[in-house]
Amino acid sequence: MFETFYPQLIGLCTGALLLTSALMVWRHSLLASIRLLALQGVALAALVAVIGIAEGESELVLVALLILSVKGVGLPWVLAHQSKASIKQIQESPRLNPTAALLAVTLLTILSYVVVSRVFGLGDTTTGHAAPIGLAMVLIGFLLLISRRRARSQLIGFLLLDNGIATIAFLTSGGVPILLEFAVSLDVLLVVLILHVFAGRMRTKFGGTAVDQLRELHD
Amino acid sequence: MSFVLWIPLVGPLVFAALSLLLGGSALRRFVGVAASCAVLLSGFLLVGAVLSGSVPDSGGGMLRADALSAYMLSVVGAVGLISTWGGLSSVVSSRTRDAASYEALIALFLAAMSLAVLADSIGLMWAAVEATTIATAFLVGHHRTRRSLEAAWKYVILGSVGVAIALLGIVLIYAASVGTDTPTLSWILLSQSTQGLDPALITAGGALAVLGFATKSGLAPMHSWLPDAHSQAPAPVSGLMSGVLLSVALYAILRIQSITNLVIGPEFLRTMLSIGGLLSLLVAASLLIRQRDYKRMLAYSSIEHMGLMAIGVAIGPAALPSVLLYILGHGLIKATLFVISGRILKVEGTPVISDVRALLVRRPGLAVPWLIAMAAIVGFPPFSIFFSEVGIIMAGWSVGLGGVVAAALVLLLVIFAAFTRLTVQMTIDAPPAGNAFTPDYSSHGPRLPIVLALATTATIAFVAEPVGTLLLQATAVLGGTN
Repeated sequence: MFETFYPQLIGLCTGALLLTSALMVWRHSLLASIRLLALQGVALAALVAVIGIAEGESELVLVALLILSVKGVGLPWVLAHQSKASIKQIQESPRLNPTAALLAVTLLTILSYVVVSRVFGLGDTTTGHAAPIGLAMVLIGFLLLISRRRARSQLIGFLLLDNGIATIAFLTSGGVPILLEFAVSLDVLLVVLILHVFAGRMRTKFGGTAVDQLRELHD
Repeated sequence: MSFVLWIPLVGPLVFAALSLLLGGSALRRFVGVAASCAVLLSGFLLVGAVLSGSVPDSGGGMLRADALSAYMLSVVGAVGLISTWGGLSSVVSSRTRDAASYEALIALFLAAMSLAVLADSIGLMWAAVEATTIATAFLVGHHRTRRSLEAAWKYVILGSVGVAIALLGIVLIYAASVGTDTPTLSWILLSQSTQGLDPALITAGGALAVLGFATKSGLAPMHSWLPDAHSQAPAPVSGLMSGVLLSVALYAILRIQSITNLVIGPEFLRTMLSIGGLLSLLVAASLLIRQRDYKRMLAYSSIEHMGLMAIGVAIGPAALPSVLLYILGHGLIKATLFVISGRILKVEGTPVISDVRALLVRRPGLAVPWLIAMAAIVGFPPFSIFFSEVGIIMAGWSVGLGGVVAAALVLLLVIFAAFTRLTVQMTIDAPPAGNAFTPDYSSHGPRLPIVLALATTATIAFVAEPVGTLLLQATAVLGGTN
């Protein structure tokens, strides 16, 4: 029973991952991006749980719970942790217009399919077949990092990049050893907290969080 | 012997906790020094163990100290000691709350670097390198000015994105080992398994991992965070970051390289690292010529030296003993220079080169060590940097990378000229006429660490036993027989 659903479930989860990534590029409101990030965390946790059940590894189910709590709940909560009223007003004014950005997302997705199938030679298994989604998420994360101006939108780009790496890890090798998984989650959580503190300091020092203001240091 | 592996990890953590608990005690200012001593001591003990032929490991093989790890741990301790001792804070300023977290973060930073060089799993090594970014983020932003905030933001974003790319590479290396009997991230197993690792995945993984760690070691074109972070951080932190954090990232590249060499041969990474190294030299040369800020000048000098080390790594086993000696020499001298630059900044109140004039006449206590250390960093003998550079260039000729090292030599000459001009501008000049002054012979801080660092670098290249033996053993660990 489960075997017949397995490819569909993998497809559903990875599809949700790609869709949330594309929507993050499309939407300009910070609150919407944070909600999409939470949704993506849930989809990633579901993907890990499906792989874990299929391979009969209880360890992976534990990892899925860890991901759900960190990426699905913890990080979005940290990011949204200020008054809802003020966060609703924060609108991003990115360097790319939505049409160009979505076109870029399409091109990056095609690129990652070409790279993964030709170069890595993956694609003979169900999970290997979905692996390009992870690379596409990494590339879309880079796109967000480059094209966004606000400190916190860049932070979301970084988290998308990290989700992409985790997706690749689970799809290609069923996840890294659990000790490393813990270390990675802890590191990402701390980096986000630090950047969050810096974004707060930026607001008090510069009166805003537009990264464009950071141009005092140069040669 | 295996308990020694835990000293550089647990020791600094204990000192960090002490720093936070000590209240307003002035003892707190010695936390960084004590943590460095713990690391250096265990480094020496492990070097002793390695030279007697054993390879201590602990935690079920999680921590392991071969010759390379033991050597790197000693370098971390030595550079840490020079930076923290030379940059010892005053009794008054060490009583504040800021000082408590500052000293605690320095100790955590040292522990993270120790873990990075002692970890057997390349996954754990990655996590430790990322932890160094976390520990140093607030240290870079310590002064809380607009400039230091800008530097810290760029540092954390670029540092963690770079290290994330390295994680992607490590994930792919792990995926390459899934096809073998034992999927693993253990370096010792990966570097011994000759069959079964998927070449395509190892190529992609190795390239991404090296690219990521190259960001952290300040190689061009991913260097843009480095001059900002190193010029805005407090002097001891700059000394630690420039002197040894960059080298720890280079150590990670060495470990990855030894895995890829086994599967796909040395050519691929050789090309990558040669290009990165030459680009770094080019960037350093072009930005040093017109440099106005002496702390940024030192930062670009680090990019230059890392570039040359990367070329050495690209050359392979023939150049590796020189590269390893280079790591120590550069670390000690760069830490010394940053410590002195911190003192100059404190007494002169400006980081601008053209505002600091006639230092040799006005403040010989600072100018004399500054001049000696500058001579060492541009590569005058008897300082070990000279012998390392000659060793790398000779090795490059011998393996057929003559073009690369010739280009590097030309760029080194340009950098040498730029450095000489800037140093002369700062130190040797007529004092402003009309202003009466008395020469200031004070060294504005502990003198001994500077003397120790300079004396060590001046003599270490002549000590064949045990230094030479250790360097050859460390090279042998990486699969080279020289």
